[in-house]
Amino acid sequence: MTDHPARTTGLWRGVWHAFAQHRGALLGAVVFGLIILTVYLGPFLWTLDPGFADIRARNQGPSWAHPFGTDNLGRDTLARVMAGGQISIAVGLAAMALSIGLGSLIGVLAGMFRLLDGPLMRLTDLFLSLPLLPLLLVMMLLFNESLTSLLGPETGTFILIVGAIGLTSWMPTARIVRGDVLALKEREFVLAARSIGTSPAKLITRHILPNVLSPILVSATLGIATAIITESALSFLGFGFPPDFATWGQLLKDATVYLQDYPERVIWPGLAISLTVLSVNYMGDGLRDALDPRARR
Amino acid sequence: MLSYTLRRLILAVPTLLFIALVIFLLLELAPGDPMAQVPLTVPPEVKAQMREALGLGEAMHIRFIKWLVQFFWIEPQVFMDHMFGTSLSEGKLRVLSWQHRGPVMDVVAERLPQTLWVVGTAYVVGILIALPIGIYSAYRQYSVFDQAGTFVTMIGYSIPPFFSGPLVIALFSVQLGWFDFVYDTTHEVTDWASFKVQLSQMVLPVMVLSLQTTAQISRYMRAAMLDNLNQDYVRTARAKGLSEVVVVLVHVLRNSMIPVVTVIALGLPAVFGGAIITEQVFSINGIGAQLIDAIRANDLPTVHTLTFIFAVLIVLANLLADVLYGLLDPRIRYD
Repeated sequence: MTDHPARTTGLWRGVWHAFAQHRGALLGAVVFGLIILTVYLGPFLWTLDPGFADIRARNQGPSWAHPFGTDNLGRDTLARVMAGGQISIAVGLAAMALSIGLGSLIGVLAGMFRLLDGPLMRLTDLFLSLPLLPLLLVMMLLFNESLTSLLGPETGTFILIVGAIGLTSWMPTARIVRGDVLALKEREFVLAARSIGTSPAKLITRHILPNVLSPILVSATLGIATAIITESALSFLGFGFPPDFATWGQLLKDATVYLQDYPERVIWPGLAISLTVLSVNYMGDGLRDALDPRARR
Repeated sequence: MLSYTLRRLILAVPTLLFIALVIFLLLELAPGDPMAQVPLTVPPEVKAQMREALGLGEAMHIRFIKWLVQFFWIEPQVFMDHMFGTSLSEGKLRVLSWQHRGPVMDVVAERLPQTLWVVGTAYVVGILIALPIGIYSAYRQYSVFDQAGTFVTMIGYSIPPFFSGPLVIALFSVQLGWFDFVYDTTHEVTDWASFKVQLSQMVLPVMVLSLQTTAQISRYMRAAMLDNLNQDYVRTARAKGLSEVVVVLVHVLRNSMIPVVTVIALGLPAVFGGAIITEQVFSINGIGAQLIDAIRANDLPTVHTLTFIFAVLIVLANLLADVLYGLLDPRIRYD
């Protein structure tokens, strides 16, 4: 595939074509793009401070001054949802990058070197049998204090959450990549590369990695969704960022307290999470179909 | 098959031991001190004695071995005593909670039924809804029903329980006032009226949990049916004049259920994980809530025991999935 530079554009054009044909995937990409734009560029247009407590304007419904209403301290919900999205999406992307990096590394090592295959796959099995949500909660509790005192509340928690999610979600990627590498290793072009004396490192970076890129891309896309859900779950249970950082899970948690009096308040952060995850999942689905040459028509 | 199952069971033991060790070591790094709540006026000698009583005085490996003995040797004896009225465990030390000053397993035994009722019902309901949806979606691929079904399951897949929970509460309990959203754990079913109360308080959590199950399993069911519907044996079955019902529900369904059954088995622990969040939303006093309480209170023996129970569930579910796969699919041979 990609070992002919001249045909690379052909492959990606075909992938793009198939991706664009998948209506759900295209719509998902557009919605996800819009969410990212709103969350990161929106605060320049909507300049209310998400942390500013206007105590006289608390518990308001939607109005022109506050399109999404205000919370129990009079903070503007629209500004808070955008600020929360910045953290939640940043955590999602960073955790996905870590998990994909780890997963690909372990998958390629296990697939390429028979000596490492057994131990690394047993490690993967072991991680797959760990109860992840309880362990994540425990990790958040144990290391939060020491990391936040070392790096400050925001950076410390960010690194901890990203690290914890990344360390507990690399296994599916590793398995898929290992399987693909094992199959690729037997192909003629790898044999040819080997026979002209390509070093193992070159073999991996030039011949193996470009060919396992498509499963990695698919699990990367779907990984964003799981990472965002996990981060929100942690915040929702009260084990995420400190309460004054508005992540989507935190906003949802704050809103559930006032569920009886202001049930409409759960909608905005919940909708933000669900819409992001839905669009990312559709993107992943379309990408999977687009990158699989057998499914392409 | 039997020898394979036995081999897997034996192999599960070192895995579980290793997992127990990993959890134990992780908890050992805990900076929290269980004695932090003790007033400063308590003299240091008394504090040292209290430490000893909590089992904190010994070296790490001794405490780990003690926990193993307590969990794997003494707790089963307690269970035997409870079941058959023997007195095997008399005077033996059990895994003690720092929070409740009592055996951890007693609290687990108290709370597990709550979780099992809700989680079990939700899983069964979810599967029962998912299977017909998956079958019909695949049979009429790209029809309106299929498109709608795929879209709805995608939404169900994407809405996390901590949003669908508040959402159904806001809708059914605050707006419509149909159900109560605070789960009454102490409620006992004695007659028809109390059974109806129990049912009505279970509706919302079961709805939230089964939404996830339905979404996942109907996707798998649809994919598995689609894999089989175009196979040669289906054409043969139709050609020899079997009715569509028999072709789809007997020939295709039986073959499609093989991967779906393993997915159902593999999904069990995830439902327990989801129950942690759902229990928090509906304030159900199950083991998920117990775990969260214990983590907040720095109650390490309880956290260790509960996390380990979750790990056992996962390992057993994996084993069950593999064994079922071998039993159902005659092409699979584990020798």
